[in-house]
Amino acid sequence: MQEWANQLCENRQFGSKMTDSKYFTTTKKGEIFELKAELNSDKKEKKKEAVKKVIASMTVGKDVSALFPDVVNCMQTDNLELKKLVYLYLMNYAKSQPDMAIMAVNTFVKDCEDPNPLIRALAVRTMGCIRVDKITEYLCEPLRKCLKDEDPYVRKTAAVCVAKLHDINAQLVEDQGFLDTLKDLISDSNPMVVANAVAALSEIAESHPNSNLLDLNPQTINKLLTALNECTEWGQIFILDCLANYTPRDDRESQSICERVTPRLSHANSAVVLSAVKVLMKFMEMLPKDLDYYGTLLKKLAPPLVTLLSAEPELQYVALRNINLIVQRRPEILKHEMKVFFVKYNDPIYVKLEKLDIMIRLASQANIAQVLAELKEYATEVDVDFVRKAVRAIGRCAIKVEVQLQLLTGIVKLFLKKPTETQELVQQVLSLATQDSDNPDLRDRGYIYWRLLSTDPVAAKEVVLAEKPLISEETDLIEPTLLEELICHIGTLASVYHKPPSAFVEGSRGVQHKRLPGSAGSGESVESPEAASAAVPEPTPSVIPSQEDLLGDLLNLNLDLTPPTSSTAPPPPSSGLQMGAMDLLGGGLDSLMGDDAEPHQSVCVRSDTPQSPLQSPSPPDYSPTQLGGDLGANPTIGAGFGAPPPAAVPPSFTAPASRGLDDLFDLSGGVGMPTGAYCPAKTVWLPAMKGKGLEISGTFTRRSGVIQMEMTLTNKAMSVMTDFAIQFNRNSFGLAPAGPLQVLTPLSPNQSIEVALPLNTLGPVMKMEPLNNLQVAVKNNIDVFYFSCQYPMSVLFSEDGKMESKVFLVTWKDIPNEESQFQIKDCHLNSDAASNKLQGSNVFTIAKRTVEGQDMLYQSLKLTNGIWVLAELKVQTGSPVFTVSLKCRAPEVSQAVFQSYEAILKN
Amino acid sequence: MIHSLFLINASGDIFLEKHWKSVVSRSVCDYFFEAQERASEPENVPPVIPTPHHYLISVLRHRIYFVAVIQSEVPPLFVIEFLHRVVDTFQDYFGVCTEAAIKDNVVVVYELLEEMLDNGFPLATESNILKELIKPPTILRTMVNTITGSTNVGEQLPTGQLSVVPWRRTGVKYTNNEAYFDVVEEIDAIIDKSGSTITAEIQGVIDACVKLTGMPDLTLSFMNPRLLDDVSFHPCVRFKRWEAERILSFIPPDGNFRLLSYHVSSQNLVAIPVYVKHNITFREGSSQGRFDLTLGPKQTMGKAVESVLVSSQLPRGVLNVNLNPSQGTYTFDPVTKLLSWDVGKINPQKLPSLKGSMSLQAGASKQTRTPPSTSSLRSNKWPSQV
Repeated sequence: MQEWANQLCENRQFGSKMTDSKYFTTTKKGEIFELKAELNSDKKEKKKEAVKKVIASMTVGKDVSALFPDVVNCMQTDNLELKKLVYLYLMNYAKSQPDMAIMAVNTFVKDCEDPNPLIRALAVRTMGCIRVDKITEYLCEPLRKCLKDEDPYVRKTAAVCVAKLHDINAQLVEDQGFLDTLKDLISDSNPMVVANAVAALSEIAESHPNSNLLDLNPQTINKLLTALNECTEWGQIFILDCLANYTPRDDRESQSICERVTPRLSHANSAVVLSAVKVLMKFMEMLPKDLDYYGTLLKKLAPPLVTLLSAEPELQYVALRNINLIVQRRPEILKHEMKVFFVKYNDPIYVKLEKLDIMIRLASQANIAQVLAELKEYATEVDVDFVRKAVRAIGRCAIKVEVQLQLLTGIVKLFLKKPTETQELVQQVLSLATQDSDNPDLRDRGYIYWRLLSTDPVAAKEVVLAEKPLISEETDLIEPTLLEELICHIGTLASVYHKPPSAFVEGSRGVQHKRLPGSAGSGESVESPEAASAAVPEPTPSVIPSQEDLLGDLLNLNLDLTPPTSSTAPPPPSSGLQMGAMDLLGGGLDSLMGDDAEPHQSVCVRSDTPQSPLQSPSPPDYSPTQLGGDLGANPTIGAGFGAPPPAAVPPSFTAPASRGLDDLFDLSGGVGMPTGAYCPAKTVWLPAMKGKGLEISGTFTRRSGVIQMEMTLTNKAMSVMTDFAIQFNRNSFGLAPAGPLQVLTPLSPNQSIEVALPLNTLGPVMKMEPLNNLQVAVKNNIDVFYFSCQYPMSVLFSEDGKMESKVFLVTWKDIPNEESQFQIKDCHLNSDAASNKLQGSNVFTIAKRTVEGQDMLYQSLKLTNGIWVLAELKVQTGSPVFTVSLKCRAPEVSQAVFQSYEAILKN
Repeated sequence: MIHSLFLINASGDIFLEKHWKSVVSRSVCDYFFEAQERASEPENVPPVIPTPHHYLISVLRHRIYFVAVIQSEVPPLFVIEFLHRVVDTFQDYFGVCTEAAIKDNVVVVYELLEEMLDNGFPLATESNILKELIKPPTILRTMVNTITGSTNVGEQLPTGQLSVVPWRRTGVKYTNNEAYFDVVEEIDAIIDKSGSTITAEIQGVIDACVKLTGMPDLTLSFMNPRLLDDVSFHPCVRFKRWEAERILSFIPPDGNFRLLSYHVSSQNLVAIPVYVKHNITFREGSSQGRFDLTLGPKQTMGKAVESVLVSSQLPRGVLNVNLNPSQGTYTFDPVTKLLSWDVGKINPQKLPSLKGSMSLQAGASKQTRTPPSTSSLRSNKWPSQV
């Protein structure tokens, strides 16, 4: 005993000077020799002590592999401790002495039949740890028996052994059918066996990302949930992590799983708690927000998260990294818990920095005073890193939280937008700011606004409502898709590093990307791309209404006598001609249809009904350009101050007006195309049969910000056609001719003429089905003809559709989880080519991210009516299938926008 | 799963390694040493360290780093919880968890680690079960074993391992049946300069020592369970019963265990039993500073405050202190700069105080700011919420 202790001391000294294992590969000859003699001693006790010495040397990194045969000789013993010690030795050195290790096989096989379950389990467990091919061959039969052993302790050990064997020789495991046996163990009567089977399967599945090892169905889920209540804490972690991979069929199933998982939040083991949080966070996505249970669940999540922060600092750190994700996804959970994130003097620095981050995320008007007081304290701390971060945090809070000055500006803005309702309010606030406030900044700004408003309200509007560059404190917000993925990985390394697992975990070969399930009720869920693409109907061919339908259409057709733009903008130079032409049409049609068209009605409709289905339901400051348009059209504003109505006209309209006729003809000839915008081929809109000899084929284009309707008119009748005019019915985006139809010469029989009609989007709005349907009336000296056609959505993509990346990030996050996903098949482009192509049609790529050969393009586009559409385009290298996810506050447009995407990319 | 474990002492030596899968070279710890060098204090080493092929997840307990090596995606909390469990087990077995104790019992340590983890999966972590598998070393047993040649390894499968109550072994017999419950509450409070509480929360635990025969089924009820904001139970507690009736119902493990830990949040009014008044000054240009600390009871509801211990982390510039306590004794560690004052019982009539001078390092006298005089108080026998 004494001798052994001495030797240990020696080893220790030896070990304490070295940090590298290479120094331990040799040992003194004498020692080994001595041990060898002891191991071969006849006395049991001496043998055991010798093996203990060997083990002790092993633990400090000494190489005692030379003793292999002598140690293996001690294996056949009734003494369990000695057996265990020899096994420990074998596990360490078998690999370096494979031929010798064979000597041990017989004993292992024999032990697997031992009446004592402890020994059976020990044998199968140790055998699995010996990574020698020759031994694994012998392992199969004993393992098969042990997997069906009557004793659950042996079964659960054998389950883990399958994972070990798979690590050594995956093919062997598959060939031997062990995977199926393992799957059967999920239904085992003993919860511990179930847990280990799940753990083993999860580990095996990690190296086979696409295998269907854990095909979870409601039955298996039910079994797992039952086992969850009864197995050990570690088993609960495995089961919960496995549950998190399941996607419930509907919100009811989701709720019932949540209900059964919630008790885990009260477990003493923090890893169980966090795994439960992961499951709940994921399944909550499927619950309708108005459900009572949803609110209950939200409330239940906060206390356990807070409690995690009173655990050991290492646990706190991991918890905080995860809370950071949770707060970004669902700030409401912890919004009242600010104080628990205040740093403590004895927190390790890594905990302090994480707490600071979360404090800023939770900072709001309600708690800002408290937060600032805290931050002020931190700024006087000793640690430089921490102080620096605290000072920066103060700045971030200042940006994040509004103060009096913002309030004042906000009220002035409100007044400029809704003058009649808020006049009293603005006066009161201005007098408060200028007379009662002690804050010089506030007083000054109050005076400036007051003077500005009283002298020149138009200028005030320009100043106050000018578009500002976005300064966001959320500079380190996690990209939305990544955040979703990370929420699915709560509690894992990925969550600690805020990176997808595929980005850094070496062992995982091709991890599957996880996504949150879609919320209840959203028809286009992300789960089945097949279903989503099947839901995309083929673009219906433009249907020409039959004569019977026409009457209905006629009644709807809103024929203005004047072009609808004239009420807000100065008439274009060609107005005389235009008016004449329109009169012709008007005269021809009005009496026919009895439409009581009012010239100004159209504009008023547009600006006064923001609840019109197509207009974005976003807060007013969401899209500054749209706002400008609305304001400009609202005559009441100016009236409040007696200013002339402002002439805010979108560029799309002014451009053609100022160019005049010559340019238009130029364009109609198809020259001078600056951008490579997508232009579909012309299709026949009005066949000659229905047009009394007039055939119209055409298409829509967008060039330099001008939407054009390009038509070929062919006279297939016997007589000359003259007096052409065109009129549109109300349509979804207010498309209207920006000028008259320029057919200056009579159209002789068999003659064709190319006409380009510039369009604007200031016409009256009515939602059409499909959205991009346009009903057109064309008149000539013979008759009035009606047809309908569909314009590609891409003509509405405006040139200023490039969103700033920060705004994009915020908006993407802001728009509730209602993205729709589509697939484009057979598209043989790489992501750059696709990006260029789309850019030609005003779909702007804002950011690109490459994950595992998959390019994600983040794109934005803006429709002429100010609706922003955000898109994520996934391009898998070498795969012709693109996935488009669209997010928009007006989800109705998604379908049509997608069709444009497809058309542009396939063009 | 957990691949390997390295135990590293305060001076940066690896004194034990254990591998559950293939052997990972100890050179992987170099990444840990790098992080250790960068950290200003031992406790500031980040718990998760990435290396090119592995991840190192560590906990620091008893000035020993327990560094786990993992190779694939594993929940870090799972690893950290497990490491803490390892430390608890060592403490349970050897009384203390020190480098010396681990080295003295290296074979038992090895056997324990092997029993706790199989292929990186936790196997048996309940101390009840482990003790049946591997008997804790005692001087008596070591002597007996040496003489008789018997072992400290259990020959039979522990009975608790597979039952529905894995935490309890069967066939427990006591002549004296007794059960003790310790309620320990820690109040975590931030108090500003003027003495008003910014935030205060209670972190409480109920530790039990149950020595009862057979399979006892116990219930424990609280006067005011609503106060408990969040509770974490030992697996033996029946959660449904708690949910429905707020009663703790359980079959206890045999011996010592933590029944529950709970949290009383700052939303509830947390009464702080003691207040501290301090006046600590450093004079500019002088090598002397003044230290003055007075304690008083607060909101005691008529109950005596006993066993009060004040500890204060003094700034680095303080070389030594010469203080005069009105009661109790104080110690100052010039290396860690930790001042602890064992006050004892607080008498409201005569408030305890600690006054005197500090000698300061010459160069560090520029610091005029009051040091973070954070005081941790412990009052035993304080009436708890239960």
